[in-house]
Amino acid sequence: MSRGTGKAVRRTTSAMIASLDAEGRETREAPFGHALVALAREREEIVGLTADLAKYTDLHLFAEAFPERFFQMGMAEQALIGAAAGFAREGLVPFATTYAVFASRRAYDFLCLAVAEEGLPVKLICALPGLTTGYGPSHQATEDIAIFRGLPGLVILDPCDAVEIEQAVPAIAAHPGPVYMRLLRGRVPVVLDRYDYRFEIGRARLLREGGDVLVIATGFMTMRALDAAARLAEDGIETAVLHLSTIKPLDTETILEQCRRHPLVVVAENHSRIGGLGEAVAALLLGEGIAPRFRQIALPDAFLDAGALPTLHARYGLAVEAVVRRIRGWLEE
Amino acid sequence: MARSGNHPRGNVSLERRAWRIRRYAVRMAAVQGQGYIGQALGVADILAVAWFHALRYRPDDPAWEGRDRFLLSVGHYAIALYAALIEAGILPEEELETYGCDDSRLPMSGMASHTPGMEISGGSLGQGLPIAVGMALALRHKRNPAFVHNLMSDGELEEGATWEAAMAAAHHRLERLICIVDFNDQQADGRSREVLSAEPVEEKWRAFGWHAQRVDGNDIAALVAAFDRARALSEPRPRVIVCDTRMCRGVPFLERREIAHFVRVAPEEWERALAALDRAEPA
Ligand SMILES: Cc1ncc(C[n+]2csc(CCOP(=O)(O)OP(=O)(O)O)c2C)c(N)n1
Ligand SMILES: [Mg+2]
Repeated sequence: MSRGTGKAVRRTTSAMIASLDAEGRETREAPFGHALVALAREREEIVGLTADLAKYTDLHLFAEAFPERFFQMGMAEQALIGAAAGFAREGLVPFATTYAVFASRRAYDFLCLAVAEEGLPVKLICALPGLTTGYGPSHQATEDIAIFRGLPGLVILDPCDAVEIEQAVPAIAAHPGPVYMRLLRGRVPVVLDRYDYRFEIGRARLLREGGDVLVIATGFMTMRALDAAARLAEDGIETAVLHLSTIKPLDTETILEQCRRHPLVVVAENHSRIGGLGEAVAALLLGEGIAPRFRQIALPDAFLDAGALPTLHARYGLAVEAVVRRIRGWLEE
Repeated sequence: MARSGNHPRGNVSLERRAWRIRRYAVRMAAVQGQGYIGQALGVADILAVAWFHALRYRPDDPAWEGRDRFLLSVGHYAIALYAALIEAGILPEEELETYGCDDSRLPMSGMASHTPGMEISGGSLGQGLPIAVGMALALRHKRNPAFVHNLMSDGELEEGATWEAAMAAAHHRLERLICIVDFNDQQADGRSREVLSAEPVEEKWRAFGWHAQRVDGNDIAALVAAFDRARALSEPRPRVIVCDTRMCRGVPFLERREIAHFVRVAPEEWERALAALDRAEPA
């Protein structure tokens, strides 16, 4: 992208405080924070830790409800994860929050050895996954899944909406090992309420049937895929949408079953095309000798621009219009 | 052209430089209706003294090999540095209209790849000082006598990398490294002293082998003396100037507002903020 010296478009950069709500959709406020408070009333072993981002990860609700169970580590992500490991060693269940970039890039070694290698029940809940801020590469966690997928024993979750986040919180706490969740914070869209959705770690769920194309989507890209499917249906194109919020471990059975039934498989994710769900599905299919046409909707292998989120989602192909256009194109190939 | 330092526009008082930096910053924040205006107003005096008293540079050649390096570790303070770069003649004033806009050279978080005069991409906080240590070592290696300045925030005192670099700087006796800490007692979750106190700050730096000064970061005379001291000192140690600043300084109605990492400003208040600055225009 060329950078102008005065002709730039006036659109507001989505700051830290921005959420994904500007889409005329029902939203719920701070689903993670509220769900954690509700759960912590029953489970006394739950504690909350943050690295100077309680307010920006909805953990402030927990801090207000349980001040004696909330531990502020300051802006020190390595110490955050190390300390969480310490809590877990002493039998507590720490929910530790920061931004996805800082957990994956700065604190990785601590998560690897202090937490994952021991299989400790540290729950890492991280805001601003993928392209959910217009702040530029310092805050855009476009490769967090690629970084984390290689960690043995780490559960990786990329929930779609407020409903799923609420359901995921007790499941995360109940899971005996470490979990990483990509968090949508602030006002979070409600999408799955009309699907009688039941979150389970490791379970993909077919939300929509359709014979022309299968979209395997994760995170908020499921919302985009469902919107795109509705648009495509107006042209008589039938799009199946498989929502897969557990990136690891993969629900291989459901993926294989669905891919066997579709000639065109599109994997849609809010992540770099390298090392994310797309590659995981591709490896699975290749290993099983299943060969539908395979396409990826994902972020490019590049440092992304700063700017307004709608601009960036359109630019990098995560907007509904872009999804519709590309699926149409692939069907016409 | 070997014009070193100070400035094409000549005889302007540092108070006036700081005032103009504040004005540019308010105009930029108004473009987006948001921005780190509290921080920019607080750090303006430091930037005025750094850029119009201490640093050597050439406005028409921001990459001049002989320049003193100025690293903005605290990337979200970019709005303040852009204002100083405009005042220094490195960025054109019209460009402030593009602050934070799509495809602007002035993104909300500073990036070296985008903006002339921006030495590093900050924003992943705590990276500035390690980079500054490397640059200071490299400059010494190249026999280039330029100073390296690193501007960081009080929040960045909590990052481990800051102290790893502090130790390395003292070990290598980097006497041409000057770290400036904007201690505004604010970070994302609240007051820095309450979130995670770094006090006693100067003692920490001294224990790490640094020459440390602590000054009122909104007192221009005190800042001038501190920068002069840091640059003139013969001790073979890195120097730090811890500057206590007040967020929103210079706009009284914002100073009185509940201070936070994001100071909320209503759309109609930007004009009021400019008017407040204009009422206090220095000579
Ligand atoms: C490594 C890293 N961790 C977390 C953040 C998120 N973050 C952005 S600003 C900020 C507060 C840091 O303190 P300070 O710079 O003193 O804040 P300010 O004075 O501007 O309120 C935090 C935690 C970050 N940018 N980088
Ligand atoms: Mg601060």
